[in-house]
Amino acid sequence: MQTQQQTLDEVLELAAAQFKIPRETLSADDDFFKKLGIDSLQALSLLTRLEQHFKIELPDYEMQGVSDFRTLAERIQSRL
Amino acid sequence: MKPFQGQALSWAIKDRVIELVLRREPCNEIGSQCLEELERFASVLPELEQNAHSLILYSDLACGFCAGADLRELYQRSQEMKKKDAIAGVRKFLERLHHVMNTLDACPIPTIAAVHGIVFGGGLELALTCDLIIADKTARFCFPELRLGLIPGFGGIPRLKRDLGNAVVRDLLLTGRSFNSTKAQQIGLASQVVAEGEALRVARATAAQMGKFDRNTAAAAKKFIKPIPYDDLRREIEIFCELFSQPAVEAGLKKFVESTSAQPYLP
Repeated sequence: MQTQQQTLDEVLELAAAQFKIPRETLSADDDFFKKLGIDSLQALSLLTRLEQHFKIELPDYEMQGVSDFRTLAERIQSRL
Repeated sequence: MKPFQGQALSWAIKDRVIELVLRREPCNEIGSQCLEELERFASVLPELEQNAHSLILYSDLACGFCAGADLRELYQRSQEMKKKDAIAGVRKFLERLHHVMNTLDACPIPTIAAVHGIVFGGGLELALTCDLIIADKTARFCFPELRLGLIPGFGGIPRLKRDLGNAVVRDLLLTGRSFNSTKAQQIGLASQVVAEGEALRVARATAAQMGKFDRNTAAAAKKFIKPIPYDDLRREIEIFCELFSQPAVEAGLKKFVESTSAQPYLP
């Protein structure tokens, strides 16, 4: 099973690739809405991409109030 | 018959397939304009069917297939009139929309919804009128109505009950959670899941396959295996209108319309 750090790294890689932002500009505690400049619909597209990559289901109510990559990665890790 | 180009929809026949395209910014919200054009489509559909073997419904917009009812229009209109008149207006809207949905559902030729991105609320209900849903990997489905104090009003629950297990319907409805195309295929909602941007191409290939069969046989098969749940559909309108009169709905709509949250689509 992969570590939480590996999960976090993959989340950051995927977010950077999806929204065409240099990976090195993203860090774990960034607010991804602000950092990626995305709205709620784009956040759902990121959620879809993450679910497919990690082969999990992440109900969006678990995302309520989550806006930083670290917490997002924790939520994902809990379902791996 | 000539192609049609409206503000919310367009349609044309290509290779003996009717292509109905949703094209109203921001994400094909279903309001009065869309309804008028859908009614126009429903009225000419019997004529279009004579020159086509299938129908494909898809969106031209990048955001997705359809975000559902135009809640801003619904809220604004309901604010401009007395409560009793607002409820009567909602009932009339639903009855007109149900007529269109039932026409699509009963269309004798095979129908396909090719979906991507947002397929929420009324958008999902529209897709549910089709025989097949072909989803690309970006598609995300949801029935978020309960967060507004409502149930889906465009025929969603009766059609979902018809097509899927009741436990799945309860999960989707009572949690209001969204789910991706993989899940949609697992529960039997989507017939095929394809790569991003490929849904329309695959829908056209699927339509071409279905067009090889005798149309009368296909029509008979559809009528036999896809009955329209008229009683439940009528009951849905009644429940929706009962709920619409509750103060919680006005508060929910107001909150949605005035929301500056980054996550208004999350239940």
